[in-house]
Amino acid sequence: MHEMSLCEGVLQVLQDSARQQGFLRVKTVWLEIGALASVDVEAMRFSFDVVVNGSLANGARLEIIGLPGRAWCMPCGQTVSVEQRFDACSECGSYQLQVTGGDEMRIKELEVE
Amino acid sequence: MCTVCGCSEGEARIEGHDHGHTHHHEQGHGHSHAEPLHDYSQGPAHAHAPGLSQARMVQIEQDILGKNNEYAAANRRWFAERGILVLNLVSSPGSGKTTLLTRTITDLKQALELAVIEGDQQTTFDAERIRDTGVKALQINTGKGCHLDAHMVGHALESLSPGDGSVLFIENVGNLVCPAAFDLGEAHKVAILSVTEGEDKPLKYPDMFHAAGLMILNKIDLLPYVSFDAEKCIGYARRVNPGIKVLQVSATTGEGMDDWYCWLRANRQLAAIGS
Repeated sequence: MHEMSLCEGVLQVLQDSARQQGFLRVKTVWLEIGALASVDVEAMRFSFDVVVNGSLANGARLEIIGLPGRAWCMPCGQTVSVEQRFDACSECGSYQLQVTGGDEMRIKELEVE
Repeated sequence: MCTVCGCSEGEARIEGHDHGHTHHHEQGHGHSHAEPLHDYSQGPAHAHAPGLSQARMVQIEQDILGKNNEYAAANRRWFAERGILVLNLVSSPGSGKTTLLTRTITDLKQALELAVIEGDQQTTFDAERIRDTGVKALQINTGKGCHLDAHMVGHALESLSPGDGSVLFIENVGNLVCPAAFDLGEAHKVAILSVTEGEDKPLKYPDMFHAAGLMILNKIDLLPYVSFDAEKCIGYARRVNPGIKVLQVSATTGEGMDDWYCWLRANRQLAAIGS
């Protein structure tokens, strides 16, 4: 359940931005979460509601944008899509893959007022 | 709440660190913020009259772990300036982390300066076990938390103050999931897996084995009594992390421990040279 800590991290960023930009309430939060980011999206939603309760983002909508896992295969040089860290290259079957995308955990944007 | 670094009022407790007192911030936690964009063109309300309340969009583009990563970077700089080798020991509960650590300390404490940060949800049992060996140890209780974070470690350093050129072991909370995502500023994560667990754990918990630089297969003295296929396990670990190094040891009998000590000494020398 490190999703709880991640949501606390999100709330911290919201509070910092509110101070800097002078908004009072957050209505929607868009997160980008990669397929390989070790984040359970359902746990994230659950934790988010708990963590923002009573804060400036009380009742805010959480929109999660999933990003696909991408990896570069060292033996065959292809860029392939992967769903897990232990997936084999879909072109040549090798496990020598270098993950190039899909481990993101980012707050993309906010709807505020 | 600490207004300088934003210490949470959560349940985490660091031995000897009372959140009622003033914090020292000589580590200079960096607080950098992205320059966000005020872009009214995307606001759903499209209202431009000054003072008129409207919903608006704010581009943030910030890493959720950004704050932890800043603390981790500050820790890493602190370690580099002092030539300290820091290892983040991660495993499931019961893999023998503390036994491995106490044996290592007993064998190496004459030759190297060692220090330990112990992370557990509750109790100071592990730190006491380490202190019994005569080495400096500090317990962090995470309360409900499932992992250590870089901020907790930063504060622990203030009271532990490991010496220049020393080796600092951070024994993380027994958990193969959550500590994977939290950089503490360590040189390497060391994943410890014992042969009494499933050989498929590297595939079941790929994030951890992907993040680790070294996997220690512990309790190999028990191999004749369990149906654990070590080669298969190592194969699985290399699938999620082709570059992972693997050592096979028994902290009880001492088998393989010399290889671990060689690895430690080599990495300590690299840390002493500086980054």
